[in-house]
Amino acid sequence: MIDFNRHPSSYRHWRLRCEGAIARLDLAVDAEFPYAEGYELKMNSYDLGVDIELADAVQRLRFEHPEVKVVVISSATERVFCAGANIPMLASATHAFKVNFCKFTNETRLSIEDASRHSGIRFVAAVNGACAGGGYELAIACDEIYLVNDNSSTVSLPEVPLLGVLPGTGGLTRLVDKRKIRRDRADVFSTLAEGLRGKRAKNWGLIDDTWPKSRFVDKVDARAEELIGELPSKEPCEGIELGPIAAREDENGFSYEYVSVVLEEAKRRATLSIQAPTSPQPKTAEEFAQAGDSCWLIKCFRELDDAICQLRFGYPEIGVILLETRGDQAAILAAEEGLVASQDSWLAREIQFLLARVLRRFELTARSLFALADQGSAFAGIFLELALASDRIYVLDDPDKPVEMAVGPLSDGQLPMSNGLTRLQSRFLADPDAAALLAREKPRMTAVEADERGLATFLVEDLDWEDDVRIAIEERASLSPDALTGMEASLRFGGAETCDSKIFGRLSAWQNWIFIRPNATGERGALASYGKPEAARFDWRRT
Amino acid sequence: MSQVDLEARIPNNVGLREDKRLLRALEKWQPAFIDWWKDTGPSDFNADQIYLRTAIGVGKGGWAHFDYVKMPDYRWGIFLADPVVDRKIHFGDHIGESIWNDVPGEMRNRLRRLIVTQGDTEPASVEQQRLLGHTAPSLYDMRSLFQVNAEEGRHLWAMVYLLHSYFGADGRDEADALLERRSGDEDSPRILEAFNKPITTWLDFFCFTTFTDRDGKYQLAALAESSFDPLARTTQFMLTEEAYHMQTGENGVGRIIHRCAELMHAGEDPRKVGAIPLDIVQRYINEWASASMDLFGGEDSTNAAESFASGLKGRYREGDGIYKDPKALEHSYKAEVPEGDHMVEKEIPLRRAMNALLLDSYVADCQRIVSRWNRDLERQQIDFRIVLPSKRFNRHQGIYSSACFTPQGELVDAEAWNSQREVWLPSQADRDYVESCMVAVREPGKFANWISPPPRGVNDQPLDFEFVKFH
Repeated sequence: MIDFNRHPSSYRHWRLRCEGAIARLDLAVDAEFPYAEGYELKMNSYDLGVDIELADAVQRLRFEHPEVKVVVISSATERVFCAGANIPMLASATHAFKVNFCKFTNETRLSIEDASRHSGIRFVAAVNGACAGGGYELAIACDEIYLVNDNSSTVSLPEVPLLGVLPGTGGLTRLVDKRKIRRDRADVFSTLAEGLRGKRAKNWGLIDDTWPKSRFVDKVDARAEELIGELPSKEPCEGIELGPIAAREDENGFSYEYVSVVLEEAKRRATLSIQAPTSPQPKTAEEFAQAGDSCWLIKCFRELDDAICQLRFGYPEIGVILLETRGDQAAILAAEEGLVASQDSWLAREIQFLLARVLRRFELTARSLFALADQGSAFAGIFLELALASDRIYVLDDPDKPVEMAVGPLSDGQLPMSNGLTRLQSRFLADPDAAALLAREKPRMTAVEADERGLATFLVEDLDWEDDVRIAIEERASLSPDALTGMEASLRFGGAETCDSKIFGRLSAWQNWIFIRPNATGERGALASYGKPEAARFDWRRT
Repeated sequence: MSQVDLEARIPNNVGLREDKRLLRALEKWQPAFIDWWKDTGPSDFNADQIYLRTAIGVGKGGWAHFDYVKMPDYRWGIFLADPVVDRKIHFGDHIGESIWNDVPGEMRNRLRRLIVTQGDTEPASVEQQRLLGHTAPSLYDMRSLFQVNAEEGRHLWAMVYLLHSYFGADGRDEADALLERRSGDEDSPRILEAFNKPITTWLDFFCFTTFTDRDGKYQLAALAESSFDPLARTTQFMLTEEAYHMQTGENGVGRIIHRCAELMHAGEDPRKVGAIPLDIVQRYINEWASASMDLFGGEDSTNAAESFASGLKGRYREGDGIYKDPKALEHSYKAEVPEGDHMVEKEIPLRRAMNALLLDSYVADCQRIVSRWNRDLERQQIDFRIVLPSKRFNRHQGIYSSACFTPQGELVDAEAWNSQREVWLPSQADRDYVESCMVAVREPGKFANWISPPPRGVNDQPLDFEFVKFH
């Protein structure tokens, strides 16, 4: 299994220092310590190992350092800020790894924007050297970008002209949607391998300002202080420590305290089982602070997050994930009520944003997700959200073994999808009132009632359950995995688009198509040929 | 042979008079260049009359014209070697196709970077040397310095001509930026690190012109093979000027060695009479040779492979047909590289080893120079021999940069290396001593005690000729 646990004290590639309201996150990639063998991480280029640390840092800043208001991301490597994703790594990786690597890094950048939007943290990219490709995509995920003016450092997105692929970590989308760069200039910038230096980059809006090297650090610090002054003051508080997430492997799969995964690799499916709380949960801010990372909401969803990442990276052939919930519905709802009642505490809010992020990671996973509301299930509140995030919901209709479902207090906009809607809104695009009513009433429902209100894909009678569900799963597992990935991604996110949904739905889809085209990854494709003696050769036919 | 227009504001043999657009652009750049020269060139000597040579034609021998001139009035011009009729591309992926007279769109970025990087070194070296005139050991040497400076300035013109002529608005921006960067400036340094440290003594200057300008020669020679014909012709002419700079360096170091040997032969201690001992000269050579080798870039370089493949940069004397495989696809380059505490053989595909090949040609060339110096020591019956350091020694770029090597090329650990550092490279005490020897000598025909006079003056003038007339 992949160990996603990291700690600042043992980062290989980043240095994190917290100085009161300012945190400094410096990239200093250890070239000799790549995630996999066969390449060196030159020029502050990154791979999965580097990004896992970044994701850890952003998460920890929110939970462990609630006093931080400004994060300055910079480089501790001479003359280079970041050269983007490591090309030899990408060129030698499998298609599945490339796609999941990009998805993970996208989620990390979105977590930066999420922290900015919700946690009163401003991210400042202090670009103190060359900044190319994924390096600029990291910068553009920050709120403000400052580029050193040394007459040579540039910002650039050289993917198209040099590698024949896209700046796929949100770069193209954020150019036009976030920084609102004029599209013709974005077009020029995205095909200009050498990028733009300070003055023009500023004129075009690619950066916020450019300062000479001798004054750069002072200017960045002054801007950080200014931002601290502009942001609302934070209540004095102490963070909670995030301990490591420990998974146990066994012959059936792997498990944690509240989450377990049973793998049936021959049938290409996994059962993801998730457990309601078994002990009383915090009801007040003080109790949340006291419980720290052992509180069920945090623990359970961090475990779920880890399990999703394990399935994505470690088990590419698992096509169907069956979602199973167990435990006491009332305990789930009580835990959520406690969270809602403590909304004036920073920690309760952070927990809510964590839940939202994990839910989004769940529904951005390219596997068929079937929720099974069978006997003993507990699809209430955030577990119902997981069901709503799934492609189908099978609900058992058996008067002797009654299944109940319940809408909880967090289904009314607290846990938005990447398209900006709630899962109820996304489900009932034709009937917004029904969605609103469910969110308002927060009903506890029998299987039949749940079906009547549109929450069941199929209401299945007891005697049919076994066969119907088995056949549905087997049939699903037999379909083309590529077609399913495209189909599910298209159907899950109805309604309007946001920057986030465009990154995953549009940019990533194009990128993943380009990744398998000969012009990128064929023997003489641009990505495969990069750094090789012979130049790329293209099939010139446009599609 | 092409006609050189000497009457024009910008002397040239590229028909500037007819190309109004280019003429306007260059005439606009010219005052900025003069300002740059006055500001960061050898500015304390702007009012003095220097006996300089100026190019007046590009044919063999006929191009050098000597006269007194104030440096800011030097006639910087644009000169290209004459074109070869019906030239074909002779290496790389485009072999056999016609050479390019314009920049192919897909090569724009790579070509521009090559030109800007080369161009940036020219003004950089002038900036590095701007104070040297004050400590010139003779008028003869002072003149040589200014000749080198003026011609580096002309090389900048050559690169700027290409940028203005072939790269549109971007090229003009880059041409402006060449005058905005400054050697050693914290905010706006020159592109290559070696060009950001000042050259404060004449021993440094002569080592620079011997070793660093020689790197320039090999870079220019590789560009002279270019499929982009204007670049090839520009650099071919620059090479004829570069030869003089290297001659200045080789003779300068040679005269220092000669002077020291002369004193030793007479039984004197060079140190006691303000001459420079041979072991110090050796350490300076170690430093400058190794730093100059770094300028070739990594021995295993995808960048170099691409420049070769696309036909922009060839091997040394590629056009003479001395390589069997003009596509360089079939063979590999074998290099001994460090792995842990021993060396292993590494095969580098030939195209990726273009920098290594160029470096090897350079090393052989340097070796010839060192042998010449040693022959002089032999003639004077001095046992000391100058040794060219191994290409593994003291490297900060490429396959040897990750480990420590002696000047003989033996792998040693960092501790052993550091303990010998001051045996191999100049110490602060060495620098202080060399610095203390630098005293200005301005009487015609006289030379500082640490350097021998040359056999004759430039342009066959006597040694007591007044090469510089102070105002």
